[in-house]
Order: sequence, then structure tokens, then C-alpha cells
Amino acid sequence: MLADTSLKQTPLYDTHLQLKARMVPFGGWQMPVQYEGILAEYAHTRQGVTVFDTCHMGEFLIEGDYRKSGLDRLVTCRLSDLPKGSCRYGLLLNDEGGVLDDLIVYRIGEQQWMIVVNASTMENDARQFQAQLDPSATFHNVSFLTGKLDIQGPLSREVLKPLVAGIEKLEYYTFDYFPVLGERVIISRTGYTGELGYEIYFPWDRTPELWSAIFADPRVAPAGLGVRDVLRLEMGYSLYGHELNETISPLAAGLGKFVDLEKDFIGREALLKQKSDGLKTKLVCFKSNSRRSPRQHHRIFSAEGRQIGEVTSGTFSPAIETGIGMGFVEPDHAKPGQTIFFGQAEAREAAVTCNRPFYSKGSLKT
Amino acid sequence: MEVVEHFYYTKEHEWVSVEDNVATIGITEYAQSALGDITFIELPEIGTEVEQFEQFASVESVKAASDIFSPMSGRVIEVNKKLDGNPGLINRSCFDKGWIAKIELSDPEEKSNLMNAQEYQKFLEGLEG
Repeated sequence: MLADTSLKQTPLYDTHLQLKARMVPFGGWQMPVQYEGILAEYAHTRQGVTVFDTCHMGEFLIEGDYRKSGLDRLVTCRLSDLPKGSCRYGLLLNDEGGVLDDLIVYRIGEQQWMIVVNASTMENDARQFQAQLDPSATFHNVSFLTGKLDIQGPLSREVLKPLVAGIEKLEYYTFDYFPVLGERVIISRTGYTGELGYEIYFPWDRTPELWSAIFADPRVAPAGLGVRDVLRLEMGYSLYGHELNETISPLAAGLGKFVDLEKDFIGREALLKQKSDGLKTKLVCFKSNSRRSPRQHHRIFSAEGRQIGEVTSGTFSPAIETGIGMGFVEPDHAKPGQTIFFGQAEAREAAVTCNRPFYSKGSLKT
Repeated sequence: MEVVEHFYYTKEHEWVSVEDNVATIGITEYAQSALGDITFIELPEIGTEVEQFEQFASVESVKAASDIFSPMSGRVIEVNKKLDGNPGLINRSCFDKGWIAKIELSDPEEKSNLMNAQEYQKFLEGLEG
């Protein structure tokens, strides 16, 4: 198969080919969707440890006072009380309160920040940051200098111990600098799987060396974007382009707890108006009554057969052995415990609405 | 990619093995590999009359769903019940234990609308090139 030259490649592209990964376009990148198979990679992540190539994601470094720099106005989460060495999930909004991206803020120092963003939105995010930051702040887009590996699974700590002295002290949603293969790099205890896990930020060109060093432990297996989507869906985590986009408000997406309405930020007025007017749609999570799975763009119907919304993500859940999905519906239908139907053109399969996560036995906080 | 010598094939990657007046139907190595881990199959009901190339079953994998079309016309006389509890059998043994249904043929001459193993192999090479 001819390589599509318009797609970017991570430094691990050749490694993926050697491992016979199936490659797909994703957010402008050629990425591995699966290696051995989604179910095998699933079991390996939930029970052992896997590594994901996440070099495609974007990283920005910012220096400046959180308020004077304008950073506080760019993200929805509270920065004033974020301790050094901690991460916080937040959103980048437009003036209408729509989501430009979801991101994680790392507070490196009193006035030093790293922002981690999605691959497909990175260029647009960078423009928004540069346009909105005060000239006194410094902004560096280090996305193409920064490789990243996600090590996820209950054995991830054990596997990293010989490679990263002191890794065991890292608490959930915190980070620190560690010496790894002669480099001093940021490692955070974060991830997108619901399991104990770490993200290692590493010099772009040397990422294959880090990959090899981790794979020296035979317990480690590679995992692709296919299983990443299954794992995040079982946790009820949003995916940009599915549960989030420029026309969806974080309040509708059920992410109100990541929005600090007490501070000033871009999009706040729009969100306050939505709050007083009432939301038109809300995110719903649901479990299929069978092994049949909802898929993106399936329609959602009420018990009476009226269309009430649309599916944004769906998959088969290996944990509960039924189809699971998320979508947006009229607010009354988003409450848990209600029967709904989903299908392509007509209501085909029954499902029950529920709270997230779908899977709560993960090693995330162990 | 594996193909079986005496089977006939469709462009939708179903296979059919004809013995006397009965055809056994399944999906090919190419199809199971493209779908990935199969998690659900909707089997046809016994007694259903199907036309050649008419949809008569559907499969779902973790991340995809796909219709299955009958390679020939006839009446469904048997379905592989083992697939209900174990749809992954199609991934592990698509040409043998993972067969989907058997039909009693109404027109065995319809084989001429299908590809033989050599033709299907060429067809696959065309897809991969």
C-alpha cells in the first residue's frame, strides 16, 4: 500500500510497520489502529500493561502569571489554586461557549505551564493561544519537538520502576521531572484508559529508544487507537470531534465540573446564558440490551419511537459484554434508568440510559 | 491472504462451498481480518428464502458493522448456532468452524456469477495493490 504523503508520521512510524500494525489516518497523522487485535490489546491494558504512541498530540509551553498572561481567560478550569506539579483537565472555548478543544494544564512552576492538546486541533489551538495571550507572556509550540508515550495498565508502575527511579511516588493527576535514558523529562500520572498509567514526554527523535527500553520488559504489549477508543468509552471520557466540538457546550457535554464559572474566561457569558435559558440537548450514556452496538450517527429514539437525538460514539464493551454508547438527546431523556432505542434509520435495539463510567473496576487510583 | 481451492467467492468477500444441492456459506479471511474481533452475528432464520446477493445476515465487530449477502439463491436449512455464543469463531476459523449458514440451492448454475479461487486471489491482489 502506498503511503499517503499528506499525513504526518510520528518517530515510531517504522516501528509500527515492523510490528505489522494496521495504520489509519487520524487527525492528520498516520497512526496504528491495532496490532494483535482490539480484544487482545484490551485484555492486556485492563490486566497487564500496554504502550500507546501519542506523539501526535500537541504540547505548548507558556511562561507568565496565570492571570496577567491571559492564560486564565483561555481555559475553563481554575488555575489560581492549581499546585505546582499538578495537572488539571479543562476546555478551550469560543465566544459562543462551543468547545475548540479539551486539554490538560500542567503547572510546572509559579509562572510556567505546559498545555497538552489534541492532534487534529493543535494548529487552531496554537493560533487561539497566540491571539489571546498577553504580549508579556511567552508561548512556544513544542508539539514537533515533543514525543509522548502512554504506558497504561495495572502493571505500568512495576514496568517503569527499573527505568524511572522514584516513579512510585507519583500520585494521580500529578507530574514531575525524572531522569530517563540520560534526559530530564516530564512524566505525569495521567491517561485515557481508566487504568493506572503514565504519560512520558520525551525528545521527539529519541522516542524510539524509549519505546525499546520499555519493551525490554516482556510483559509490555503495544496498543492502538482502536482499543484506546474502547477503553475511553468504557470510562465515559469525551473524545473531541465526537462528544465535543465547536457547537457543543461543555455544560451539554456533562463537563460542568471542569468549568469554573466564578472566574472570567472566553465563552463564560454564553454558558451563563445557557444556564438561565436551559439546555436544548444533553449527553446521555446508555447500555444496549444485547451484544449489538450503537455506532456514531445512529439515531436515538424514545420508548414511544420518536427520534430524540443522535449517537456520537459507540462500541462493544468487553467489560460488560454489551454494546455501549454516548450521544446527545433532549434533556428529559438523559436521566439514567430509561429505556431508549437506537438504530440507523429506525429504532432497532433497546438500550437503558445510565451514569458514567460504564466500567469502574479499573486500577486508575491504585 | 488465504483462499480455499474449491470454494466460490463474491466481491463482498463471502465464500460458498457447494456439495450436491447444498451450499455452505461464510466470510473470507480478508473479510474477517478487515472487520477485526467479531462480537455479534445476526443469523438468518431457518426456512428463509434468499435471492443471490441479497442480504441475509449481519456481523458486528468491536468497531464496525457489516451486512452479509448470500452468494447464491435458495432456502436456509441450517445455521451455525455456535456463533451465537462465540462469534469470535469466525475470526479463528472463517473457512471451516466459522461457517454461517447452509442453503438448499434453487439454481446451482448461479455459480457462474461467482469467482473461483484463482479469480478471487487476483481480485484480492487488485485491492491490495
